[in-house]
Amino acid sequence: MSSVDTLNIIQGDVKKRIDRWLARYPVDQKQSAVIPSLRIVQEVNGGHLTKEIMDQVAQYLEMTPISVYEVATFYSNFEHQPVGRHKICLCTNISCMLRGSDELLDYLKTKLDVDVGQVTEDGKFSIKKVECLGACVNAPMMQIDKTFYENLTEQRLDEILDSLE
Amino acid sequence: MVKVEINGQVVEAREGDMLIDVADSASISIPRFCYHKKLSIAANCRMCLVDVEGAWKAVPACATPVTDGMKVNTRSPKAIAAQKAVMEFLLINHPLDCPICDQGGECELQDVAMDYGDDVSQYSEAKRIVGDRNVGSLIQTDMTRCIHCTRCVRFGQEIAGLKELGATGRSEWMEIGTYIEKSIDSELSGNMIDLCPVGALTNKPFRYKARSWELKAHPTVAPHDSIGSNIFVHTRNGEVMRVVPRENEAINETWIADRDRFSCEALHSADRLTQPKVKAEGHWSSMDWSLALQVTVEKLKPYLANPEQIAILLSPNSTLEEVYLVKKLANALGINNIEHRLRQQDFSADQYGINQTLAMRLADVEALDSVLVIGGHLRKDLPLLNNRLRKAQLNGCEVNVVNPSGLDYNLGIEHQVDTLSLVSELASILKAANELVDQDNQVELAAVTFNATHTAIANSLIKGKKSALMLGLIAQADVHYSKILQLASQLAQTTGSSFSDLPAFSNTVGANLILASNSADLTNWLANGKKVFINVGIEPEFDCLLADQALRAMQQAELVINLTAFDSVSQQNYADIMLPIAIFAENAGTLVNIQQDWQSFKLFASAKGEAKPAWKVLRVLGNMFDLEGFDYTNTAEVLAEIKALNLSIKQPDYQCNLDLSVITPTPSSLVPCYSVDGMVRRSPALQATPDAQLTNPLN
Ligand code: SF4
Ligand code: FES
Ligand code: FES
Repeated sequence: MSSVDTLNIIQGDVKKRIDRWLARYPVDQKQSAVIPSLRIVQEVNGGHLTKEIMDQVAQYLEMTPISVYEVATFYSNFEHQPVGRHKICLCTNISCMLRGSDELLDYLKTKLDVDVGQVTEDGKFSIKKVECLGACVNAPMMQIDKTFYENLTEQRLDEILDSLE
Repeated sequence: MVKVEINGQVVEAREGDMLIDVADSASISIPRFCYHKKLSIAANCRMCLVDVEGAWKAVPACATPVTDGMKVNTRSPKAIAAQKAVMEFLLINHPLDCPICDQGGECELQDVAMDYGDDVSQYSEAKRIVGDRNVGSLIQTDMTRCIHCTRCVRFGQEIAGLKELGATGRSEWMEIGTYIEKSIDSELSGNMIDLCPVGALTNKPFRYKARSWELKAHPTVAPHDSIGSNIFVHTRNGEVMRVVPRENEAINETWIADRDRFSCEALHSADRLTQPKVKAEGHWSSMDWSLALQVTVEKLKPYLANPEQIAILLSPNSTLEEVYLVKKLANALGINNIEHRLRQQDFSADQYGINQTLAMRLADVEALDSVLVIGGHLRKDLPLLNNRLRKAQLNGCEVNVVNPSGLDYNLGIEHQVDTLSLVSELASILKAANELVDQDNQVELAAVTFNATHTAIANSLIKGKKSALMLGLIAQADVHYSKILQLASQLAQTTGSSFSDLPAFSNTVGANLILASNSADLTNWLANGKKVFINVGIEPEFDCLLADQALRAMQQAELVINLTAFDSVSQQNYADIMLPIAIFAENAGTLVNIQQDWQSFKLFASAKGEAKPAWKVLRVLGNMFDLEGFDYTNTAEVLAEIKALNLSIKQPDYQCNLDLSVITPTPSSLVPCYSVDGMVRRSPALQATPDAQLTNPLN
């Protein structure tokens, strides 16, 4: 993770990327860009948001801070605690549950020796339970970073985790 | 107009009106939580579901516009089933803590559950708990009780203009709150207490003090600012417990300022003076009224030979009756030096007459399309006028300000001129306006320059069909107040705008009515001293703009008589006689507000200790001086006498022959909103807010 100035995060490339989003909306409706902006700052901050960072987004988009907190706590894609380099999002919703996601979760926890919401000691992984990601046909499933992995078994899980840097 | 049938009753309504309003107007009750007539429609609680013929599902009455011929049933099996189901859902996570909840007995959730809910719940799982944050000294939170109606959130966004609360998280984990540890700072924040249908937001100073069914409500008028907000004071056994708003569309709508709600704590302040006190040889002794008044008369008598040596300073929150009796007594004794405009230092415009009123009705402010505020922090000084102005602004009114820098606005400002010299900026705007309309007036503006902002402001006033100029407390405190008046009234004329020199306090208008003809020169009295000062309802060292001079003048006077509700070390130091007077609910009288409504109120709380209403003290003094016409038995008699005088405000004709060459910038004198009078200075809850931190001289 490159070092970021968390007290002045909206600058340089980050600012450029947010401004690209802003250009799509009327000038007096900057808040329209709140979700992409949060996604960008979360990414450069290594995967999670802090109050200071959300406040800067609020200021930049001319919103009250609480309005940004509302959005950032509503969507489960936003994290408020540090996460691993790879965030394992395991679906535990009904279809996946019927196909054994609870057992997979236990396996994962023992394997990585962390609980849901925690980060492994080497900073590589963290586990998150998520709701249905729309891949029920191939349940159980998980999402790591930007990839869906389906038809999971314990063995598949081992292979996938081993293959990640 | 369309016709709607509700429960078989035919009701006329405007097409597009919401069903819930139409039912309300016909006194047909529909339960609701999220709906509030002053807030936007959220339709999220679903409590208002009703059965509309032709719709296969029950529909929310708060979000369903009526159409001609619509047939509605609020008590059909379908409606009842919907109401019961919603009620059951709402109660799933609501704690059963009514016995220890302050809202108990005046809780909309309790009432609606009784009227529309079922007797048993099918839910047997665990209820959720929500952690509380400290949101300041005025509002107590118990967020486990919240039913997520979002009235408080919408209030912040739509009325207070300051979104401080929000809904964070989602689904079962959704919480209403500030998310971070932060106080709620709006000057109207207390209204959320009334809006909250449950016990999630309650009145913090009032917490655990009384049950609603022990309280008696008395209609009265708020005693601080010139809005004259209508309120109910709730008493228990004659003791004031709390204040809540009393709806009056023409004045305060359904709101009141925090100052009006929380200042009542001061009635029970340990500082209350409860017995007359007289100082002899440096020692204070309490005595009974008759003796104390005898001493007062005797001490005063020697000075009456030359009444010029005597000055009376009077609170602008005194009732009309009190002001009148002060004047009547003073004039009978030959005293002419009476003043209530304590936060003013330049009185030279008095020669043209005095008119400190709003040049329109409060409701008409909402229809303005261009406003220039000069030297006024309306948001803090007149919060409910600011609220009307904010509505105008949201409707497209351009609001411009000329003010000292650093003020906090909660509405969109078009052009903001930050300055320490209101006069020079006004002169520039006037000159810009003159050029625009191509007109010359009496003011000599040759040396004045102006820039694009001045032109923009002038232009906005000129093209506004309903434009207005408003002067506030900061302008009134300026050393060049009279020049400001002259320039501003000229600017109003040139641009075709109305002109309001806004009264600040609850009876500024009334006191001006009665005292207008008294020529006064407070600045001179304080600077050069008087032998005798009589202070009515004020602490000169805090209530006068020129506070240091006032204190020195008091200390150097030979005799200082204070009719006061509060004792203090500094008064003990300079005063010779202190007579305890009743305030607020302990008193009866009349206040004249910003739009010249005469609002009378009754007495309904027992005064602290031996305190007496000031009008009674003045009456007895009149008797003791053997004066004619002091035999009143109640305030209504005094009021009748005042009314018979047919007093009216004359529009001043400001002569514009001013010399602008000697304008020195004056340091701005912002009166912190929680220091304006003895009562607010002694409300611990208000004093613990950020608005008070800077400021209270008592701290
Ligand atoms: S705190 Fe009260 S007003 Fe605010 S959302 Fe909850 S129940 Fe409604
Ligand atoms: S339930 Fe897991 S993807 Fe739909
Ligand atoms: S009052 Fe209609 S949905 Fe809440």
